[in-house]
Amino acid sequence: MYVQEVKTASLGDRPVPVVVEDPARLAAFEARVAADEFVEPKDWMPEAYRKTLIRQISQHAHSEIVGMLPEGNWIGRAPTLRRKAILLAKVQDEAGHGLYLYCAAETLGVSRDQMTQALLAGKAKYSTIFNYPTLTWADMGTIGWLVDGAAIMNQVPLQRTSYGPYARAMVRVCKEESFHQRQGYEAVMVLAAGTPEQKAMAQDALDRWWWPSLMMFGPPDDQSPNSAQSMRWRIKRDTNDELRQKFVDITVPQAEALGLKIPDPDLRWNEEKGGYDFGTPDWDEFFAVVSGEGPMAHERLTARREAWDNGAWVRDAAMAHADKRTARVAA
Amino acid sequence: MSRELPLWEVFVRAKNGLSHRHVGSVHAADARMAIEGARDVYTRRLEGVSLWVVPSDAITASDPGEAASLFEPAEDKVYRHPTFYVVPDNIKHI
Ligand SMILES: [Fe+2]
Ligand SMILES: [Fe+2]
Repeated sequence: MYVQEVKTASLGDRPVPVVVEDPARLAAFEARVAADEFVEPKDWMPEAYRKTLIRQISQHAHSEIVGMLPEGNWIGRAPTLRRKAILLAKVQDEAGHGLYLYCAAETLGVSRDQMTQALLAGKAKYSTIFNYPTLTWADMGTIGWLVDGAAIMNQVPLQRTSYGPYARAMVRVCKEESFHQRQGYEAVMVLAAGTPEQKAMAQDALDRWWWPSLMMFGPPDDQSPNSAQSMRWRIKRDTNDELRQKFVDITVPQAEALGLKIPDPDLRWNEEKGGYDFGTPDWDEFFAVVSGEGPMAHERLTARREAWDNGAWVRDAAMAHADKRTARVAA
Repeated sequence: MSRELPLWEVFVRAKNGLSHRHVGSVHAADARMAIEGARDVYTRRLEGVSLWVVPSDAITASDPGEAASLFEPAEDKVYRHPTFYVVPDNIKHI
């Protein structure tokens, strides 16, 4: 559910220069992409395009997979059987999203195991949002509403991203995200209309998730050095700040309808621009979390490593079984 | 590290009467497990009534570099299309 490609954790980074490619091929490629044609796996593409895509798609995939952890944590504690079934289905969808994306990245010549190892080694990034803890049941509703809501905002334009397999994966993902956001909003609605304690719980969750959700769109445009290249290659279709503004504009009325208050003293309607003015997220916190300093970063990676290690014997046994059957057929 | 599970391409028939269509891929040790994985990954919402899985390395694709020589010759063969032939308006059922 995360698509904001993060090159490195520091603000001062220069854009990646386009490596020396055959100028004629490069020009033909750029013209195709500028004409909104799709690029398919076996087509010629500049190395920098391939690398950027591998990084962005695998980060996106890792985010879906790591994103299962904060919610999976509440499956056993969902308040009703209905909520439990919904949450299970949502978390299973996120696994599916991760797999659609890994398979899109694999068409670029990187293997699944390489991507998994990069994640487990702490070398790959995933969305900062999943390095925050899920403290109460209200967090489940709020994540669906805000985090999946921000993901939708990011992912909808990517259905037209220039790389075909990525775009097709996004079409599948977007079809499923709407359920995620609506079930979340509905869960918050129930709390907001509940007892004073329940309403306070919903407000507390909004207070904690609001700013991290705004950060999901990535650093401000003037501090996002790779954006221009990615826009030119149609890997990215809107700037971080444009998407963030859109998100604020549609989310504020949703919060008002719930009777909840967005935790931003600078938030006010700007008639002239036809959108809200809002405060600045704490970007120092963002970059700290990107580089693995989030409150839950260690726990998230530990959980993924354990899952991988504990599943090793199953993968090995399945392969041994398949080998044995192949040998028997051959004999 | 252990061997990577093989890659399978997945094809789904949305409903009877339609062809199977490529939807993506899964990793699995054998065909049976690939079907089971594909079922969970690609058909959680009634997307299909039948699945095919094919080892990815069993697929041979045409080379995009040959696309011009393979497909462009069809461009100047308009006489392969019915609209190439002019038939008077008063001739029916043709
Ligand atoms: Fe997702
Ligand atoms: Fe989602």
